[in-house]
Amino acid sequence: MGESTATKVTVPGDNRLANLEVSKKPSVFSRLPIVRDLKIAVGWQKAMLITGLVITAFFILVAIFAPVIAPYGYSQIRGDDGVAFPTQAPPSAEHIWGTTVGGFDVFSRTVWGARTAVIAIIVAVVLSIFIGVFLGLVSGYFGGWVDRVLVVIADAIYSFPSLLLAILMAIMISGGQSSLWGGILASGVSITVVYIPQYFRTIRAEVMRIKNSAYVESAKVVGASTWRIMTVHLLRNSTRTLPVILTLNSSEAILTLAGLGFLGFGIEPTAAAEWGYDLNRSVADVTAGIWWTAVFPGLAIVLIVLGITLVGESLNDLADPRLRARKSAGEVIGSIEDTSVEPNVEPSADNEYAMSLMSAAPGAADADGKEPDHE
Amino acid sequence: MSEPNASSASPSTNLAEIKDLSVSFITDAGSIKAVDGVSFTIPRGTVVGVVGESGSGKSVTARSIIKLLPETATTSGAVMLSKRDGTGELDVLSLSGEDLQRMRGSEAAMVFQEPNSVLNPVYTIGWQIEEGLRAHGMKDKKQLRAKAIDILKKVGIPDAETRVDYYPHQFSGGQKQRIVIAMALVLNPGLILADEPTTALDVTVQAEILDLLRLAKDEFGASVLIITHNMGVIADLADQVVVMYRGHVVEQGDVEQVFYHPNHDYTKRLLASVPRIGQQLVVRDLDGRAIEREDDWRDQPIAVEAKGLTITYPGHLMQPDFVAVDGIDFTIRRSEVLGLVGESGSGKSTTGRAIAGLQKVSGGSLKVLGVEMNGVKERDFKPKRADIGFVFQDPGSSFNPLMTIAQNVAEPLIVHGKYRDVAEAREYVGDLLEMVQLPRVYMNRFPHELSGGQRQRASLARALALKPSLLIADEPTSALDVSVQAKVLELFKRLQAEIGFACLFITHDLAVVDMLADRVMVMHKGRIVEHGDTEDIMQHPQDPYTRKLLASLPVPDPREQRAHREQLHALLAQG
Repeated sequence: MGESTATKVTVPGDNRLANLEVSKKPSVFSRLPIVRDLKIAVGWQKAMLITGLVITAFFILVAIFAPVIAPYGYSQIRGDDGVAFPTQAPPSAEHIWGTTVGGFDVFSRTVWGARTAVIAIIVAVVLSIFIGVFLGLVSGYFGGWVDRVLVVIADAIYSFPSLLLAILMAIMISGGQSSLWGGILASGVSITVVYIPQYFRTIRAEVMRIKNSAYVESAKVVGASTWRIMTVHLLRNSTRTLPVILTLNSSEAILTLAGLGFLGFGIEPTAAAEWGYDLNRSVADVTAGIWWTAVFPGLAIVLIVLGITLVGESLNDLADPRLRARKSAGEVIGSIEDTSVEPNVEPSADNEYAMSLMSAAPGAADADGKEPDHE
Repeated sequence: MSEPNASSASPSTNLAEIKDLSVSFITDAGSIKAVDGVSFTIPRGTVVGVVGESGSGKSVTARSIIKLLPETATTSGAVMLSKRDGTGELDVLSLSGEDLQRMRGSEAAMVFQEPNSVLNPVYTIGWQIEEGLRAHGMKDKKQLRAKAIDILKKVGIPDAETRVDYYPHQFSGGQKQRIVIAMALVLNPGLILADEPTTALDVTVQAEILDLLRLAKDEFGASVLIITHNMGVIADLADQVVVMYRGHVVEQGDVEQVFYHPNHDYTKRLLASVPRIGQQLVVRDLDGRAIEREDDWRDQPIAVEAKGLTITYPGHLMQPDFVAVDGIDFTIRRSEVLGLVGESGSGKSTTGRAIAGLQKVSGGSLKVLGVEMNGVKERDFKPKRADIGFVFQDPGSSFNPLMTIAQNVAEPLIVHGKYRDVAEAREYVGDLLEMVQLPRVYMNRFPHELSGGQRQRASLARALALKPSLLIADEPTSALDVSVQAKVLELFKRLQAEIGFACLFITHDLAVVDMLADRVMVMHKGRIVEHGDTEDIMQHPQDPYTRKLLASLPVPDPREQRAHREQLHALLAQG
């Protein structure tokens, strides 16, 4: 007997309940981090999030379809007919954003640059997230001297300027002027070193918070191994704040790559298109009144960083109930029972369908034989 | 817009009148109506008790009286509050800004549930009491201080002249609640709203705080609106009772009428499910026969044996170690239920955790199912873990929120290799859920989709999944509403009778222990002060602490409680 039916009191003058239907269980898709956030966001927070998502999606699409979008290659300085491109030509029908001093097509370079930027983000995130999360888990769960040593190292790394580190890396990896992967790795590694402590700190804090919660203790009482507690119970519950750092990390990666390029430690123009390098080469142009070589790559950097930061910041705000904006409260129609979050409604039909599938599975039938009934 | 309502010039007998109050909230899950068309009155100089289960809207109603609601709330209806000096009425819900600030504190003040979080730790209590006076225009420093000391004396803080300069952490929980009440009383408001003022406190302290609130009514002439889920507290203190259920007032009347002649079904059920001392819990099967254990537990082998068990928590720098459990002896036999009773900090949970291997034993001997726990290696104890179940206090946090109920309940089965994965264990998990009277389909739900009582049943299913011979239940029902608690206790008793596991039942509620346990152990400051058969201890307590504990427990019956209170006062006067 369900207690919900047993304790139901008749509420005078309320028969609207019968007309209400059980709300559908949210699908897996709608529980994904960004999709879920998009649903709960309202007002300017929603606008921020959508703007960020649109900009980010735009750059990802450009990166993927760069070969289709760009009329020329990133290192192309002659047309198909073998005639060299004009240098420093203003925007025209052939070169819609003009050409650089070296004769590169600005539009093509900018489009191809998106590809380099996206690869740099992926490398930086992949390199730092696994190490950071793992160290955070270990440090938070075990505590003790391991934890103290790791925390001190993490604090020390915080004080490192990431660009300086990146320059060192660039020189170490490829002697300054680098190939596509050399440049990306240089920025990726330096970002990794700087960002591991951030992942580490976040995950460690979360793990410390939940390692004393009853469900972790319950797993201990049951006799679950340390590895199982860490992977099954702690890991998934401590990754709540990751999307936020991930996005902020991404925009930092791009800025470092661009900074490297601008300082002349970037990627050779023949190896890949890179916005920072293009900006560096356009410094002289600006005084000569040639604006197009600087404006477009510069805008690209500003926009992609803006887009990703907008996503990150709004995810951050949305993750915190205190910062989250809500719709203003209107008078709610319906009685307490209609709007109650207490799940005293019967399970929906798709649940039962899933159950019938499960009980029909051969594994379940076997299990029945092995374990005698409790009664 | 906040002018006093001149039309009701004659001072009415009602201090406050709540008319058709509705409150709605916007949450992430959509709009929620918390209070729906509530009307009741608070007469002058009376204590009105509001009872109801969690989520019944009682706190929201009280907060509406001083308009202390979050931004996401919308209200309709009216709350009329007569001024203390009888010069008119205020429509609270229409007040805003300065008028609202002036009303709060001087006309109605609030006492919250958790005294620790109400007091600001970086200011002295004197400063905090004076803060209310300063907010209402009192400037003279000497006068402020004199008032603060005066009110501290009145609420029974000893040595008030010196302690007015103490910080909150220098007081005990009960004293902090006294200070919070002093903060409410210092402006001499007509109405004191006490929102579960004793829920966070031990039962002996609760009795003192209830006396203090009675003093607020008798000596200060204030009306008190006390919100609680504890019928004993209502019986002890209230003159009038308002019963709330799901945002509606289902019954209002004076305390005798509600307790002895309840009109509404819900009130009757609520009263029936309150545990009382001396009430036997009998579970019956379908034919109406009582389910009894087959064997006498006294003949059974010993499951847990403690001899001089000591548990200490290492102290921080320069501070001595804290001895949580101080050389206790006890045994638990198979199929016996041992109730472990004590107040917070008595070491009862620590004892339970030590038996489950969650807490290191520092001295003495503790044998659990034949394994010596003093200096035990996890490797040696792990096989025994399959034989031990543990039910945690808070059903909300004892499940991994990202796993379904099936996955959570199957966890011990998988860890001990009974089944390879959740899909294989499903059939058996379904049986387990049915055993604890949950529908099979709940398997696919996530823990937050279950109510508190349902979750605690699932928790019981998980604890019993491996058919343990020993179950440790650490306050399994104290986070539940009484009606839900009654059902869980009944289920517990039934399962214990059928399966016959040994059980350590830890609780602070003597009435619950009386219903379930064969023997009772009373713990106080890490020691066992009394130990014996349940009936003996409940009827003839020997130790003064046990006596005080029993006398402090309010009886959910107003007439009996009056006599009971006299007993307590006599007992306290003695010693």
